[in-house]
Amino acid sequence: MFKKILIANRGEIAVRIISACREMGISTVAVYSDVDRAALHVSKADQAYAIGPAPAAESYLRIDKILDVAKRSGAEAIHPGYGFLSENAKFAQACADAGVKFIGPAPHSMEMMGSKTRARQEMEKAGVPFVPGTSRGLASAEEAEKVAERIGYPVMLKAAAGGGGKGMRLVHARGELRSGLESARSEAQSSFGDSEVYIEKAIVNPRHIEMQVLADEHGNIVWLGERECSIQRRHQKVLEESPSPIVDPDMRRRMGEVAVKVARTAGYTNAGTVEFLVDSPKNDNQKNFYFLEMNTRLQVEHPVTELTTGLDLVHLQIRIAAGERLPFGQSDVSIRGHAIECRIYAEDPDNNYFPSPGKITLLLSPSGPGIRLDRGMYEGWTVPMDYDPLLAKLIGYGADRQQAIMRLERALYEYFVAGIKTNISLFQHILRDGDFRAGRLDTGYLERLVAKGAPDVPSLTAEHEGEAPETIAAIAAGMFAVLDPASPVGKDGGGVNPSSVPSNWKQQGRLEGMR
Amino acid sequence: MVYEVIVNGQPHRLELEKASSGWECRLDGRSIPIDAVMTRRDVISLLIGGHSYEIKCEQTAGDLHVWVGNTRFAVELRDPRSLRSRNRGAVDEKGPRKILAPMPGRIVRLLVTENSEVGAGQGILVVEAMKMQNEIKSPRKGVVKKLSATTGASVNPGDILAIVE
Repeated sequence: MFKKILIANRGEIAVRIISACREMGISTVAVYSDVDRAALHVSKADQAYAIGPAPAAESYLRIDKILDVAKRSGAEAIHPGYGFLSENAKFAQACADAGVKFIGPAPHSMEMMGSKTRARQEMEKAGVPFVPGTSRGLASAEEAEKVAERIGYPVMLKAAAGGGGKGMRLVHARGELRSGLESARSEAQSSFGDSEVYIEKAIVNPRHIEMQVLADEHGNIVWLGERECSIQRRHQKVLEESPSPIVDPDMRRRMGEVAVKVARTAGYTNAGTVEFLVDSPKNDNQKNFYFLEMNTRLQVEHPVTELTTGLDLVHLQIRIAAGERLPFGQSDVSIRGHAIECRIYAEDPDNNYFPSPGKITLLLSPSGPGIRLDRGMYEGWTVPMDYDPLLAKLIGYGADRQQAIMRLERALYEYFVAGIKTNISLFQHILRDGDFRAGRLDTGYLERLVAKGAPDVPSLTAEHEGEAPETIAAIAAGMFAVLDPASPVGKDGGGVNPSSVPSNWKQQGRLEGMR
Repeated sequence: MVYEVIVNGQPHRLELEKASSGWECRLDGRSIPIDAVMTRRDVISLLIGGHSYEIKCEQTAGDLHVWVGNTRFAVELRDPRSLRSRNRGAVDEKGPRKILAPMPGRIVRLLVTENSEVGAGQGILVVEAMKMQNEIKSPRKGVVKKLSATTGASVNPGDILAIVE
């Protein structure tokens, strides 16, 4: 087993990997950019090294700097987390060349799957069903127009190197194609350093369901159940759950077997995820699924699978990378209970969900039965504007979906972040929604829900019996001022002793008398 | 102590007096039995007639809010002695409109030039923050009188990016 692992990432995932390493008795090396010196992952690691300025291209994406830190610190392996270099085959190759174990698949699998276009070519050969479109990058806007004309609008433009919704544009008509292509390319370039963009037919309002696989380096591959990821906004997942409300044991097995076939075709090792689009047919018996892409990394939403399978995917990733065999077979895997993850983003629900970086002035975190919180933030920390807005993941687990929802609602009620805006209220909205409760989900669900406008979230269950909330707020404001003179409430509005309160008329007279 | 408390625009007169046990509280002349302790900075536990509330306080960019459960209230505390002018200046829909940066970020593209005509909802520029590119749109039809934003510049919330007239 490794003695020391470098974590080439930041935020909640770096903290989560550091925790796993500590549990396994492995020491950890963090890397950080100039704006991340105070970040949580730096404090939690055993060692930490600065790797450059805030822009990811000059720090977290610098292969040379990260390998230099690995060498200086004596790390034997590198865990890339998700995003950044996690799906970069050149990085995996550079690690191999430097004699450092990359915790993930081999470079050739990443190359095949990392390029969405090549993956489509391979799946075609292996007979895996996929969404129609080009399986090569677009050379020009003219070509895009020609292909779009052939497969029919709406179409989806996608970064070949993409992931996490970056570099993606839905185009409804010919008129939007050029500007869509331009912005997809520009975003692809700035996010992945690669502007290749391809086109595929946009399946309107599909479900997005993915299958977790795990492969060791001895040819053993298992699937660990699906995750329902249909709740997205701007192609960014917002809430995920396992199992999916529409997947039955037979469909789960069929999806699992296709996912294992995909992994085998790619010569895949370590943890990976095969994403499928599932169309929403009139007849529920005919649910078709299409291969969308394979994510050659640990996913943001891996905790829901960990809770329903009882496995620790990061522990297993590390053990597989160290050459161990999978300690169980497919028949040992059982799915138990239900888990739902809420991605807590720094964004403003009242301002079109724009990013909201800034200083966290107060943080009250939930805990208790069935609640898991993976976080990269803490009170007093200033959330930098340079990276992804994901602050934390709140995961609820229950014996069934209903209990998982109830626990999450309770936890969201306890969760409070001040100083920056977060999307916590959005989850209160979703969890209460009738369609969500009934499991009627597709990738257009969240846009429709948000367009309906935020309802008043009735929050004060038992408190409704008491005074009106406005009355409570007024009294509370005064109490902040008297109990804590340093509180911002008391700052300008210092109260006065009753005896010295004159009427405004008297005051006015006094002022005039002073002139 | 006597305060004028404005909650979501509504003024209230609040009197708070330390009593032998807890506090004596009169809100708009009505006596309400309360008890309050500060459990940590920006959080108080408030008991009103046997009901328990965890109240949070938040200050952002000059605005002050207290949270009762999941509900946020804009509050302002005033010294009842002070004279105040409350005219906040209504927004003139026809006049020049400032386009302000809604968040900290970096300007990645300008979509118009000064003196160009724009329609309501037309993109003026693109700001990138947290890896998301956000198009800032014109709030009205008109002419871009001033474009203070430049490509590559960092902006803070409230910075004037452009003026459309």
